[in-house]
Amino acid sequence: MNLTLYVWRQSGPAAAGRLEEYRAKDITADMSFLEMLDVVNEELVRSGREPIAFDHDCREGICGMCSQVINGVPHGSQEKTTVCQLHMRHFHDGDTIYIEPWRAKAFPVIKDLIVDRSSLDRIMQSGGYVSVHTGGVPDGNAVLIPKADADTAMDAAECIGCGACVAACPNGSAMLFVAAKVAHLATLPQGRVEAARRVCVMTEEMLKEGFGNCSNHYECQAACPKGIKVKFIARLNREFIRAQLKGGKDT
Amino acid sequence: MDIVKNSVGRKLVMAVSGFGMIAFVVAHLLGNTTLYSGPDGINAYALALHSCSALLWSFRLLLAVLFALHVFFGIRLTLENRAAKPQAYARTDYRAATFAGRNMIWTGVLIGVFLLYHLLQFTLQVTDPEISALRHPDALGRPDVFTMVVLSFRKAAVAAVYVCAMAALGLHLAHSIQSSLQTAGLNGEKTLPVITKGGIIAAILIALGFVTFPLAVYAGLLR
Amino acid sequence: MILDGKCPSGPISEKWERHRHEMKLVSPANKRKYRIIVVGTGLAGSSAAATLGELGYNVEAFCFQDSARRAHSIAAQGGINAAKDYPNDGDSIFRLFHDTVKGGDFRSREANVYRLAEVSGNIIDQCVAQGVPFARDYAGYLDNRSFGGAQVSRTFYARGQTGQQLLLGAYSALSRQVRAGNVRLYPRTEMLDLVVVGGEAKGITVRDMVTGKIRCHAADAVCLCTGGYMNVYYLSTNAMGGNVTATYRAYKRGAFFANPCYTQIHPTCIPVTGDHQAKLTLMSESLRNDGRVWVPKIRGDRRPPHEIPGEERDYYLERKYPSFGNLAPRDISSRAAKEVCDDGHGVGPGGRGVYLDFAGAIKRLGEDTIRQRYGNLFEMYERITDENAYKQPMRIYPAPHYAMGGLWVDYNLQSSIPGLFVLGEANFSDHGANRLGASALMQGLGDGYFIIPYTIAHYLAQSGPDAAGTGRPEFVRSVEETEASIKRLLSINGSKTANEFHRELGGIMWEQVGMTRSRESLENALRRIPELRAEFWENVRVPGGEEDLNQELEKVGRVADFLDFAELLARDALHRNESCGSHFRMEHQTEDGEAVRDDANFCHVAAWQFTGADREPELHKEQLSFENVRLAVRSYR
Repeated sequence: MNLTLYVWRQSGPAAAGRLEEYRAKDITADMSFLEMLDVVNEELVRSGREPIAFDHDCREGICGMCSQVINGVPHGSQEKTTVCQLHMRHFHDGDTIYIEPWRAKAFPVIKDLIVDRSSLDRIMQSGGYVSVHTGGVPDGNAVLIPKADADTAMDAAECIGCGACVAACPNGSAMLFVAAKVAHLATLPQGRVEAARRVCVMTEEMLKEGFGNCSNHYECQAACPKGIKVKFIARLNREFIRAQLKGGKDT
Repeated sequence: MDIVKNSVGRKLVMAVSGFGMIAFVVAHLLGNTTLYSGPDGINAYALALHSCSALLWSFRLLLAVLFALHVFFGIRLTLENRAAKPQAYARTDYRAATFAGRNMIWTGVLIGVFLLYHLLQFTLQVTDPEISALRHPDALGRPDVFTMVVLSFRKAAVAAVYVCAMAALGLHLAHSIQSSLQTAGLNGEKTLPVITKGGIIAAILIALGFVTFPLAVYAGLLR
Repeated sequence: MILDGKCPSGPISEKWERHRHEMKLVSPANKRKYRIIVVGTGLAGSSAAATLGELGYNVEAFCFQDSARRAHSIAAQGGINAAKDYPNDGDSIFRLFHDTVKGGDFRSREANVYRLAEVSGNIIDQCVAQGVPFARDYAGYLDNRSFGGAQVSRTFYARGQTGQQLLLGAYSALSRQVRAGNVRLYPRTEMLDLVVVGGEAKGITVRDMVTGKIRCHAADAVCLCTGGYMNVYYLSTNAMGGNVTATYRAYKRGAFFANPCYTQIHPTCIPVTGDHQAKLTLMSESLRNDGRVWVPKIRGDRRPPHEIPGEERDYYLERKYPSFGNLAPRDISSRAAKEVCDDGHGVGPGGRGVYLDFAGAIKRLGEDTIRQRYGNLFEMYERITDENAYKQPMRIYPAPHYAMGGLWVDYNLQSSIPGLFVLGEANFSDHGANRLGASALMQGLGDGYFIIPYTIAHYLAQSGPDAAGTGRPEFVRSVEETEASIKRLLSINGSKTANEFHRELGGIMWEQVGMTRSRESLENALRRIPELRAEFWENVRVPGGEEDLNQELEKVGRVADFLDFAELLARDALHRNESCGSHFRMEHQTEDGEAVRDDANFCHVAAWQFTGADREPELHKEQLSFENVRLAVRSYR
């Protein structure tokens, strides 16, 4: 199939960007979306032009590196699918495709489709962990965890940190990302101890990094390639209220 | 206050203040149904309300505070949200966000403007002094709220303003009922769709309920 | 030179304990005077950086991804082994040790493997304490499953995303140390050279991938945790960015490269569909617990699988290996698949695939149970192939997956350059000639959490802190050389892309140095690789400049190193004139096609020393001795 692409090109963080038109020729249904871009890029390189820069690494939908808004939807229109796992059989000959980077103040564009997501790392650094030392921990079975809790924690822990939730959110909020970590750790006895502090500092850091507030639109859930549910945002809100009742982050 | 320095804290202020106002709106709607019992109904209701002025004024004060908080944080959150998304996509395809949800600030502004008019009209009664209930008691000496309302809604423009305002209120509530419950953490995977649907139905019922008054008057059913 | 692995003496079960006691320590007050560089933030790198930072060292951690959390450890699906014996099915430290040595076809260092088995239990405890949501049973206890090549259930797992959860655990520990100021992170930064001063590793030269700036970092020790080199095959299950550059450039600075020919080809991957393919996708071999592998008995049978009756199917793994059946180790399963496909029984496009059939398991256990166990894998399979594996068998084919070879290290994980430590897949140490399933995660975390903190202190305590910084001539020279080589690549201005060369190299490697090798094929490869390399240096095209984010420049540098390294790999494969584990020489097999080792001549680690760009590397041997496991013919029949 042959496609027309409108791709965001921006030479650097300070430069102005614009959509440029490209043709993708002889694309087969078995190709992944990124393999389609590889084909376009290889042609660009051969003709001495700069290829389209985009983030990608594992190409199995788990590393969270790929990040493209395709026709207005982060990771494209397939549910629970990252761009690297999106296949061309979902497109038709003659289609026009818009490809844009994640857009949010907290994700400045570095080049073309590549954005800087270090703000998510800094949120994690603020409190997305259990403060455990290496060594000197009890046996793995010393604290029993109900299967339901372990499963819930795992549901939340599946977040790949790609930032699609932020890209999809009309407010550029990172609530689903933060909620996934807060809920994951608060559900487990090991993470429970620091739950109050964690929810306070992580949400504060979120605001500090320039992310917006949650307006409960749930675009994040629709865009999440791992199907993280907004029930975890409700869980975060509960944890926050609980923390406030106990006296805030210093408890 | 530490809590309002936090994004979730601010949202909680919105949810709690919003919920307080929703409670008021529902009470107001129920109170207004006395209109259907004719002058005796609503005029008696109004007199009863005004007879315990201490309570009335504390309610008004509370509502004013909730309103002020809601407006202040509503604007602030919206500005923050706009700042967090400085550049729009060339194409946007919303898959979950609703028209109501995305336009909360505008329906909110409309409701605010309407509220001002509504207070001037029926509470302070300065827009149409010739039908002011306070200045025109009924046969029993009570402020004649019934006549004031009926005469107001007979004007097509006034009725239209009320219908439009209630549409804005309906849209505002359609998002805000589920949203405030979610923000308060009173939501789960199974309850979310129920609450979302229930919220929309409740919003429609409330808006329709209010709309019946100007419509009934304008159509001549209430006279 | 005969290499010394520096294994402590004494009974194997006491070696590590005694060694820990004998090693020198750095006092808490002195730790902050030392700077340690950790390159790579996968399981080994993150766990090492977090632990060393927590101990009080100044740690600088580097990764080429945009976040430490994205290293390819994240893609490991199946699980992590530990000798906990929770299921009471006869497991022990010794059995895990024994299985790993046997699984590696007796080409690993006994003492290292035993130590790995010893710390395996601590890893699970550590991860649980970090909040890793391992699978649990209804009583709340940790759940276990069996995994390829093991007869006990010792594998801990978190759905099909064990690697992800373990890495996020290590990443969270790392994040905590970053906030505490003990670790400084450098994402989007690629190591391009090792700086050696007076024979010791004293720093690295890196390229900032956003600004293009080349700069040096000085330290008292360097830990390479940069993973494996399987992208030398172009198509592999590794991430697109996976490369040999860090280890290869360390090799060029004097670190010995050990056993590069030990390359694992994983049996359960989704087959190739065409030339456009950029990488191959692995599906956890836990699928083999319930799936049955077969091909049609009739050559070139094009009937759809459900129309082929039972008696016309060849369940070749069950036929050849009755006791392990579909759970035979990876190297054996992969080779068996290649054999039946070479023989014309393959299915799917190009006849390069075998069926992995769940019909029996679905009938026995119900579709729901299968969905619970493998739902995410079935979904992934459908996303890629557009086929529903609940209704028709999966098609699978082996794909390059894991490098057992790597930089040579001694028992302390120190390479042949003092001060250069190598952890995880980047080193050669624990898996011999073949790695068993669920052992890679164990090794990465074992090295990072529980081994390097002790052994690096021993080195640092002896060498003393070094405050000389990056002003020394060795650093300046390293920057100049790195910049010159980038300029050279940019100036070629030929007509082929880096990717085209990579694909061509991969073709040579897969055909000549892949699952099976022979003197002829290896000599063929050794002839063609230098030709391709010569063409590369004349005809590669790199658009853009160096002072900018330039993904083609990143790629071309990695391909250049693969073109060098591929030759070393082939040379090692030619040297190892025996079959062992994943290294299968056609000349050395039994009548039924099983590997035949030559213990008399090849019971050694082959470690190669760089001697110059156009000169043959020098071979050093480390003799392997087996005192606790009897050298035997590995049999899974």
